[in-house]
Amino acid sequence: MLTCKEWLVCPLSEEKYMNQTSLPFEFHENPEPVAGGGLLDRRLFLRQGLALGSLTFISQGVLASEFDRPAWVLKPGHPFTNYGQPSPNEKEAIRWISSNPAVPGNGISWTPLHMLAGTVTPSGLHFERHHNGVPQIDPNQHRLLIHGLVNNPIFLEMDKLVRYPMVSRFRFIECGGNSNVGWHDEPTQATAGNLHGLVSCSEWTGVPLSIVLEEAALQPSARWLIAEGADAAAMNVSIPIEKALDDAILAIYQNGERIRPENGYPLRLLLPGWEGVTNVKWLRRLEAADQPAMTRNETAKYTELQPDGSARQFTFIMEAKSLITHPSPGHRLQGPGLYQISGLAWSGRGKIKKVEISADGGKSWAEAELQEPVLSKSFTRFRIPWRWDGGKTVMKSRAVDESGYIQPEREKLILERGRNGYFHYNAQVAWGVDTEGRLNHVF
Amino acid sequence: MNQSPNIVVRKPLPKITWILALICATVPSSAAAAEGPRLGKPASRQEIAAWNQTVFPDGKGLPPGHGSAVEGKAVYERHCAYCHGNNGLGGSGEELAGAKHRLIDSNPDKTIGTYWPTATTLFDFVRRSMPPDAPGSLSNDQIYAVCAYLLHLNGIIPESSTLNAVDLPKVKMPNREGFIRVDAPK
Repeated sequence: MLTCKEWLVCPLSEEKYMNQTSLPFEFHENPEPVAGGGLLDRRLFLRQGLALGSLTFISQGVLASEFDRPAWVLKPGHPFTNYGQPSPNEKEAIRWISSNPAVPGNGISWTPLHMLAGTVTPSGLHFERHHNGVPQIDPNQHRLLIHGLVNNPIFLEMDKLVRYPMVSRFRFIECGGNSNVGWHDEPTQATAGNLHGLVSCSEWTGVPLSIVLEEAALQPSARWLIAEGADAAAMNVSIPIEKALDDAILAIYQNGERIRPENGYPLRLLLPGWEGVTNVKWLRRLEAADQPAMTRNETAKYTELQPDGSARQFTFIMEAKSLITHPSPGHRLQGPGLYQISGLAWSGRGKIKKVEISADGGKSWAEAELQEPVLSKSFTRFRIPWRWDGGKTVMKSRAVDESGYIQPEREKLILERGRNGYFHYNAQVAWGVDTEGRLNHVF
Repeated sequence: MNQSPNIVVRKPLPKITWILALICATVPSSAAAAEGPRLGKPASRQEIAAWNQTVFPDGKGLPPGHGSAVEGKAVYERHCAYCHGNNGLGGSGEELAGAKHRLIDSNPDKTIGTYWPTATTLFDFVRRSMPPDAPGSLSNDQIYAVCAYLLHLNGIIPESSTLNAVDLPKVKMPNREGFIRVDAPK
């Protein structure tokens, strides 16, 4: 018998899911809370996990026809497939698209963070930001040109690049404009993915950029790399040479397969921890220069206007952020009882050191369990048990990274930056819980 | 243990190599950079010129050609107004001109005139990206012209202006000094 209470996702029709309610977890003792609002010790599930559930054995003398067997065990299943697809029952786990009606290829699509578990974003659900559509590139015609302040300007063809030494890294990519409704006066009501899902995490495999820059032989005066994509926007940005020589990767594979077209096929510049726009997709050209190009996407856009009229520019590092994905708006709690709070944390400065959860609107906090392995500049999944008493409350999370940076309160971030920065909103995220078990976005 | 003769084994470098490497290090380099097979094909001057679209703030990369603000108005109305609105006031595309609010106001207008720091950005962006339904379809003269028109709309240059590779980088943008570099060399 199933003894695990599941999060019921009700984006369209709550009724559809109401009959699926299962029983709450039951512990053999009644654990004391470690913080207000019913938060329990993060190690509780680990200690008692094996005590859950029981097995029923069928006696051997029963006729086959008397078994209670679902329809799909009484006929052969579907044949093999060349490329597997999600179950047709998971049609709601999709990217939500928001694009410019006049230029449909200019816009975004959001990763449904509220429907996913673990730390890897399925490639088909990785968020998108395109400036003018997804180019359909023939890899046999695609070349990377490295030129400018180099001694050996070179073209690299894809079939040559795959012979270079490669590395694999789990790394998040986050759009600089993610979570930007946080700057608004009132909290926008939407699912967690549609508020904060311009971030995704994949295993990226490719050639360290330092290897091909060594081949091209940078000249001493080279301080920047101008990176350009092969899309219809020929999107370009300027990158300090230090990052290019540090941990930048010419990514060819995403989650084990060639990068999906919408994520840069056949070649993407991966700059771990840096804002999404610098991770240039469909990479075609790298020009070494002694100055930044001051491109449109590093001046008019992806800069943050401050209250004094000055603007922050080249704000590359995505600061630590976290949010509770389960439960979150669109989910429904099915009555008082024990639940597991779970969410994601990440930092462009390195590893997540700690995530704390409050279930009483920030009055008290308890440390969540971090899923190992905790990787640098990657998603970290956190979890903590919570006994909901059925009352109204507010839950929130705050991340601390290995540099000591603490994810700020919203008031503090707005005090520092004003409300017109648009980009780089990383304040704590709060979900209100009402007595019906519904969740909503609150400030 | 026998090592395959074809496997490249990492050995500690002789001391003299380290000293040479330190002397030769002119840019910071990744300590663990592996060696690549060096399969790049040399790029000729002509090939680079055919690929290189970057325009820098000092004008490096600007092509020959010229265009006036008056000519630019016609280019704008034909190719740009559909998204950016009449007189650059905005539509499905960004507002480009006609700011009513300053950057320090609570509802600031980030137009070319109030916000963009460098005039060359206009040329670089329009040449590579605009118009979205046919990027690369405007001539250099048309691009210079539309740059002149947009700068005129923002009150930065007179209506009688003509721009070329020499004059465009000289245009002094009102917000030239308005940006603070956060994660990059100053």
